[in-house]
Amino acid sequence: MPRTVRIKNHQQEQHFFIQRSAIAAFIIASLTALLLGRLVLLQIIRYDYYMDQAQGNRARKDPIPANRGLIFDRNGNVLAENQPSYQLELVREQVGDLEVTLKGLVTIGILASDELSEVRRLVRARRSFESVPVRLRLTQEQMERFAVHRHEFPGVDIRKRSARSYPYGALAVHALGYVGAINETDLTKIDPLAYVGTALLGKLGVEKARESELHGKNGFREILVNAQGRSVQNQGGLESTLRTQKPRAGSDLILALDLPAQQAAEEGFAGRRGAAVAIDPHNGDVLVLASLPGFDPGMFGRGITDKEYRALNSSLDRPLVNRALGGTYPAGSTIKPVLGMAGLAYGVITPDETHYCPGTFSLPGVRKPWREGKGGVHGTVDLRTAIAESCDVYFYSLANQLHVERMHDFLEPFGYGRKTGIDISGEATGVLPSPEYKKKRFRNPSDGAWYAGDTINFGIGQGFMLVTPMQVAQVAAVLAAKGAVFQPRLVTGIRDPATGETKTIDPIPMPHVKGGTPEQWEVIMEGMRATVTRGTARGIESKDYAIAGKTGTAQAYSVTGSQRLDRKVDERLRDHSWFIAFAPAEAPQIAVAVLVENGGFGASAAAPIARKIMDAYLLPRLGKKDSGPPPKIDDLVGEEPGPAEAGTSP
Amino acid sequence: MMRIMPGSDSTTRRTLGTAARVLMALKLDGPLLVGLSLVSVYGLVVLYSASSQDWGTVLRAVARLGLGALAMVALAQVRPQQLRAAAPWIYAVGIVLLVVVDVIGHIGKGAQRWLDLGFIRFQPSEIMKLAVPMLCAWYLHERPLPPTAPTLGVLAAIILAPAALTAAQPDLGTAILITIGGLLLVIMAGLSVWFMAGAATLAGIGAWVGWKYFLHDYQRDRVLTFLDPQIDPQGAGYHIIQSQIAIGSGGLFGKGWMHGSQSQLEYLPERHTDFIFAVIGEEFGLLGLTILMLLYLFVVARALYLASQTQDTFTRLLSASLALTFFVYIFINTGMVSGLLPVVGVPLPLVSYGGTSMVTLLASFGILMALYSHRKLVGS
Repeated sequence: MPRTVRIKNHQQEQHFFIQRSAIAAFIIASLTALLLGRLVLLQIIRYDYYMDQAQGNRARKDPIPANRGLIFDRNGNVLAENQPSYQLELVREQVGDLEVTLKGLVTIGILASDELSEVRRLVRARRSFESVPVRLRLTQEQMERFAVHRHEFPGVDIRKRSARSYPYGALAVHALGYVGAINETDLTKIDPLAYVGTALLGKLGVEKARESELHGKNGFREILVNAQGRSVQNQGGLESTLRTQKPRAGSDLILALDLPAQQAAEEGFAGRRGAAVAIDPHNGDVLVLASLPGFDPGMFGRGITDKEYRALNSSLDRPLVNRALGGTYPAGSTIKPVLGMAGLAYGVITPDETHYCPGTFSLPGVRKPWREGKGGVHGTVDLRTAIAESCDVYFYSLANQLHVERMHDFLEPFGYGRKTGIDISGEATGVLPSPEYKKKRFRNPSDGAWYAGDTINFGIGQGFMLVTPMQVAQVAAVLAAKGAVFQPRLVTGIRDPATGETKTIDPIPMPHVKGGTPEQWEVIMEGMRATVTRGTARGIESKDYAIAGKTGTAQAYSVTGSQRLDRKVDERLRDHSWFIAFAPAEAPQIAVAVLVENGGFGASAAAPIARKIMDAYLLPRLGKKDSGPPPKIDDLVGEEPGPAEAGTSP
Repeated sequence: MMRIMPGSDSTTRRTLGTAARVLMALKLDGPLLVGLSLVSVYGLVVLYSASSQDWGTVLRAVARLGLGALAMVALAQVRPQQLRAAAPWIYAVGIVLLVVVDVIGHIGKGAQRWLDLGFIRFQPSEIMKLAVPMLCAWYLHERPLPPTAPTLGVLAAIILAPAALTAAQPDLGTAILITIGGLLLVIMAGLSVWFMAGAATLAGIGAWVGWKYFLHDYQRDRVLTFLDPQIDPQGAGYHIIQSQIAIGSGGLFGKGWMHGSQSQLEYLPERHTDFIFAVIGEEFGLLGLTILMLLYLFVVARALYLASQTQDTFTRLLSASLALTFFVYIFINTGMVSGLLPVVGVPLPLVSYGGTSMVTLLASFGILMALYSHRKLVGS
């Protein structure tokens, strides 16, 4: 093996080494500079970004829910408030054996054994250190029972939270509404960030319509959390920079509702179905808004079960339906004062001219005559008597003279056929008939033609006409105010709980009813007054104040004249009973509309309820305590159901 | 105003003089010792915070530093000739131990890095970090430099054999470090610049072609994960994201000792081991990191100076290789933690807790001091 001739040259090697060392030193310096540059980028240039990230890591925002605004009636009575509610919560990692604990809770009667699997799923879905509610709304008795056994359940504790409470239960539930769990549909409509920490949302009535004012603004408290999400304390001085933002309580609402009148209304129904609305004719304040039957609004707040909801939803009485706003019924004879006013305003009739009522009304060319509802004969009647005794023939004739266009035009400003614009949702439009309406409703041109007979039916509020109790109350208010119209409203004031300042909401005037002199309005009032003094509703006359009213009967079902509905017929097929009124007649403070579903004879069912409402509202205001003897149903004159089937052939 | 009393001045001088004599007798280098001590103490201060104020961890680190100091002092006494003579034997023992570890790992069907001797567990791959440069320097000692092609072939075998055995454990990080240690020595021995450039180009092209045309997506993913076996692919980014947040949120002056939310609240993984650099960045800011880097640079500079003062090929190459390897460790770790380099499990020298690396590092500085202090001084 030939040896290499190369010999080690130590001096050259050392020189070479020094050279390489210098290069190495240069590379080291460069890499260090690169690293420092990187650090400057991270720590100086992008400092704010990384600081935010670190802050977001370490601090979890724990929401502090804002107190929901309270709801008061016009007298300052609390209708909706927040009350502490107690719930049982469990921290999985602190309980020894979850199964033993859950079984134990069943044994002491706080959990039901059939909800165990649901609770287990709920607990397992959350992290082991989180507090999971296993039972909402503990009763006093459950709390006491748990307190006795508390030592047996480490990691289980009672926690307080705020819950919506309605002191009067189902009272005015359709006006107030309720709060319920936020569902996925709701989430698309609200700002989810603003609702972090809020479990409930207004679902109906004022609670829904004024959600934004009632909700307020949630605050938050930053909590130090470690990488596992566990909240930690005592980490040196790390807490000092945690922020807290106080919640801003929601605004209180002051409603136009009058609690005593509302109670009188709901009690007056005594289990029957129907609706009652009372309005202050000066400004559109809704004093009473009742729809019966109601339901317990608390059910939704505490988490309604499927069973409860199905029961509510499938009930034949349909308690979830707001009849006052969403229920549509034939107007019946409640339309008569309005049409009387139309006749006067258009000069078709004069107050004192009389008609003879033979009990029937015939149109030339129509084979079948229209019959007087009661089947009786009113004889010679003027306008006042026609209203007081609800003479159908008089109004058949008036309608025939007015024609449908003028009836339609005159009725429109009263609010028929459109939403009244009350400040909660759920209103139905109803129907104010006109030839255009009929043309649109029927596809077939021959069916869609307007016949003279349709006008005759219109004359007593039957036929196509449909109204909601809210609209009828509005009409009563307009009659009381002699043609002045206001948009009805529930909320009259919004109070900021922080400052105590109340922002009052001004009444919203609507276009005045067209035509008519004060004297003519007076005639209508006299007719309605006579209804109570000597007419169809004379049983409800009060000695304390003068009531002007009008009874009405709305056909629930079309029946021929020979088939009189009696008690043997299904109660649900009987006619609806209407009553509208305002009082005191000379200077009205309240206008009322009451509808009793299947109440049968007009005045007997609805009128006494209206009287109770007016008593509750007016007597304290007129400085009188006793309301006198309550109206006796037997004294009331029953009004026969509406007309027989209208003539249909031209 | 500070007044230095003449008496105290002379006392100071006498104390320093005594220290210098002690260091000389122990064959230790004063400036290097001071630099290493400062880095170690800095590390212990940070470790107390990073370990969530656990004295146990700090004390175990102190014990390891003590063990390393003993190894350093012991190795400083060894004459370079003796070290050179021992180099092949140390290398051979290291290789045998690596094979043993691989076999145990194979039988146990799991990753195996440790050798449990009952009283102590150690990683044979750590020995190779020293043994590989030693054998390379031993091999080059008698040969003329720059090395010829056949010589390079032998050197490659010396380096790659233990690297491959380590990679098989699998411990890619240490395998790379072993390779780098050997490579640096060969470069300092005069590896041709053209050779380096050519090899780098070829490796680059090869990697690119392989990546582009021969690897399937899942294989590419596997390669990416293989670079960092510690973490699962799902959370692959988590370490580096959290460490950058920690460093970045530290700002210029840091959040203060034990006040780093990223580290104290456990968002930063591996915070007292591989990612301790981020804890320093969070709690002491850019200032704290710069101070650490200056201390490191001082140690590296002093070590390179010592290397340049040695007198024969073996000592010169070995000491330079040890000094440069130290810097490479620093750069790989800091580069990885600050997001410049991919995540590989390399600890921050003398600061990260754990492993045999603290002992090995101090041992390597002992060797470095020995190589320097045993040199023949002209005229003495």
